[in-house]
Amino acid sequence: MATLRELAQKDELLTGGHRACAGCGAPVALRMALKAADTPVVVGCATGCLEVTTTIYPYTAWKTPFIHSAFENVAATISGVEAAYRSLKRQGKINREIQFLAVGGDGGTYDIGFQSLSGAMERGHDMVYICYDNQAYMNTGIQRSSATPLGAATTTTPAGTVMPGKPQTRKDLTAIMAAHGIPYVAQTTISHWNDLVTKVKKAFAVKGPAFVNILATCRLGWQIHPADSIEVCRVAVDTCFWPLFEVENGKWRLTHKPREKKPVVEWLKRQGRFKHLFTDQNRHILDEIQADVDRKWEELLRRCGEGSS
Amino acid sequence: MPKAVAITGNEAVAEAMRQLNPDVVAAYPITPQTEIVQIFSTFVADGLVHTEFVPVESEHSALSAVVGASAAGARAMTATSSQGLALMWEVLNIASGMRLPIVMPVVNRALSAPINIHCDHSDTMGARDSGWVQIYSENVQEAYDNVIQAVRIAEHPDVRLPVMVMMDGFIISHGMETVTLLEDDVVKRFVGEYRPEHSLLDVDHPVTFGALDFADWYFEHKRQESDAEAGVSQVVISVAEDFARISGRRYGLFEEYMLDDAEIAVVALNSTAGTVKEVVDALRSDGVKAGLLKLRLFRPFPHRDVLSALRHVKAIAVLDRADTYSTMGGPLFIDIRNVMYDMPGPRIVNYIYGLGGRDIDLDEINKVFEDLKDIATTGKVGAPVTYLGVRE
Repeated sequence: MATLRELAQKDELLTGGHRACAGCGAPVALRMALKAADTPVVVGCATGCLEVTTTIYPYTAWKTPFIHSAFENVAATISGVEAAYRSLKRQGKINREIQFLAVGGDGGTYDIGFQSLSGAMERGHDMVYICYDNQAYMNTGIQRSSATPLGAATTTTPAGTVMPGKPQTRKDLTAIMAAHGIPYVAQTTISHWNDLVTKVKKAFAVKGPAFVNILATCRLGWQIHPADSIEVCRVAVDTCFWPLFEVENGKWRLTHKPREKKPVVEWLKRQGRFKHLFTDQNRHILDEIQADVDRKWEELLRRCGEGSS
Repeated sequence: MPKAVAITGNEAVAEAMRQLNPDVVAAYPITPQTEIVQIFSTFVADGLVHTEFVPVESEHSALSAVVGASAAGARAMTATSSQGLALMWEVLNIASGMRLPIVMPVVNRALSAPINIHCDHSDTMGARDSGWVQIYSENVQEAYDNVIQAVRIAEHPDVRLPVMVMMDGFIISHGMETVTLLEDDVVKRFVGEYRPEHSLLDVDHPVTFGALDFADWYFEHKRQESDAEAGVSQVVISVAEDFARISGRRYGLFEEYMLDDAEIAVVALNSTAGTVKEVVDALRSDGVKAGLLKLRLFRPFPHRDVLSALRHVKAIAVLDRADTYSTMGGPLFIDIRNVMYDMPGPRIVNYIYGLGGRDIDLDEINKVFEDLKDIATTGKVGAPVTYLGVRE
C-alpha cells in the first residue's frame, strides 16, 4: 500500500489543462489509476468524454503513449498493441517492461464495446481494462445506458408523466466480467483512493487480463454540485449501492464493509436525476430500488463468504 | 531457385503471409477467406513464423487489433471477405486516417442480402472511398505477387496508407493454378524491416494517436491524405520494377492486352480479365482489333494513364461485377466515364455481370465485343448500361 505522499510524488501521466468539466469523476479515476503503474503504460481510450476532453488537437493531456480508435473497440485495439509488444519482445526488438491499459466509459464498455471487451478478456491478453462508469452516455448528452440505475432520468428516459425515468435496473457488469474467469476483477470508486490504487496495482501486477469497474461521477448527468463529486461516490458505497469488492482468481472478497448500511435514498436524494422519485406518485420506485440494493448486497455477502448484515 | 507449385489462391496468399512473417496477424474466419486464416494458423502452431496471431471474435475487432498493432510499430495484417469487410467499415477509415501501413488480402464475395457466398465485387467496391489503396489480381500468381508488393507500397514513406489486395472468391481463392513462388529470403530482403516513424511502444517519446480534430484541423489532415494518394501510382510502379528484378514478372498500374492498336476494348477487373483475353485472342485471329485493359490499381484511380491508354479506342465496354444502385451503372464504369469525359471520341458502355458468383462465359464476352463493333461502326449507343447473363 502506497501512502498519499508517495503517490503525490509520482509523475502525472494525465496532466491538468484538459477540458473535462469541473467535478468530473473520470480524470480523477484515471489520475489515480495511472499512479498505480510502476512501469511505462500505453493507454487506449474508447470514444467518450475522457477521450474528447484530453486530446483536442494539437494538444494532448497524455504524457504517456495514447491511442483512440473508435467507440466500441478499445479492448480489441489494446489487445493488438499488446500482441505487437509480445511479438517484438520475443524477436528481441524491445526489452522494456510495458503495461497496457484500455479505458472506456459505461457506454463503450457495458454496451457498444461489450463484445470487444469480452473477446479480449477471453483471449487472455496481459492488459488492464478500466471502465469509468458514470451511468449514462454523458458525452452525447446523458442518454441511458445499461449501466443507468433504475428510476434515473436521462434524456432518453426522461421523467415524464407516465414514465418515471429508466424502467430497468442496471446490468451487473463486474459480475459478468468475473464470470469470464480472468485472474482479477474489481469494483471501486474515486472516494476511496486507497482502495482504487491498490486494486489497479493488483490489476497491473497479474499476468493476464484484469478488469476494474470504477464508479465516477458526471456532475451534469447526475445533477450534482461539482464540489460534491467525491462525497456522492462515498455515499454510493455507504448505502451499498456500489459495494467495493474484488474477485482474485475466482475468490470473491469484500474490500470495504460499511459500518452502518445507510438507506439508498441517502444517495438518491443528493442527485437531481432522481428528484422525480421523491413524490407520492413515484415513492414505490424508491422502495423497489432499496429492495434491489438489499438483494444484491446479500448476494454479494454470500459470494464473499461474509455474514448477513 | 524459385519453385513452381500447384496451389490455390488462398494457399498462395497464406504462403505469401508466411514469407512476409508479419509481427501481428489478427483475423476472423469467413467464407471464402477462411482457408487463409486456417493455413496461417498452422504456420503459427508449427513455429514457422514469429507472428503473434490474435484470433479475434469479429472482423471489427480484427481490424481494430491490427490498427493497434500497427500503431505499436508492428507489421500487421488481416484478411477478410464480404460481410467481414462490411463489419470493418468503420475501422477502414480509421486505418487510412491514421496513415497505418496495414496490408489486407480480400477474397471478393457478394454482400447480403440475399446471403450468397460466391464472387462479386460488391464488398470491396463498397470500400472504394475508404482511403485504402486497392489492388486487384487476375489469378493466383498475381494474388501472391500483389500481397508481397503491397507491403512495400503501404510502408513507403510517400504513401503510409493501408492496402487491400483482391482476388475473386472461389474462382481464384479455391482454384488451383501453377504458381512460381519466391524463396523465403528473397521475400524477406525485398520487404526489409519495418521502421515506423512513431510507435506506441516508444515509451520515451510518447505520442497520441487518434486525437480529436475539430474544424480547425480536420480538413488539413484529410487534405494530406488526399495528397498521399496522389503519390501512390509512382510508388506502385517503382515497387513493381524492384519486384521484376527478383521475380522476372512485370506489373504496372494496369495491364494492356492487345490494346495498342485496338479499336474496341473491354475494361475489367480480376479473374474475368483472363476470360476476356481468350476472346480477344480469338477475335484477333479473325482480324478484329479487339483489346483489354485490366486494371490493377483501382484506388487511387490512375486516371491520366488510363486516359492515355484508352484515348484511341473507338468503343469501350466496362465490365462491372458490382452495381452502384445509382441507376448510372457499375462503379468502374462511372470512373472510366469520368476519366474519358474530356476526351471526345470513345463511346463507353457498361455491362453489369456475374453478381453472386454467376459465371460469365466466352459467348457472353463475345456478345459484348459484337455490341462494341456495332457501336464503333455506327457511333451510336443504345442502352449505356446492360445487365449481362441475368433472367430479365
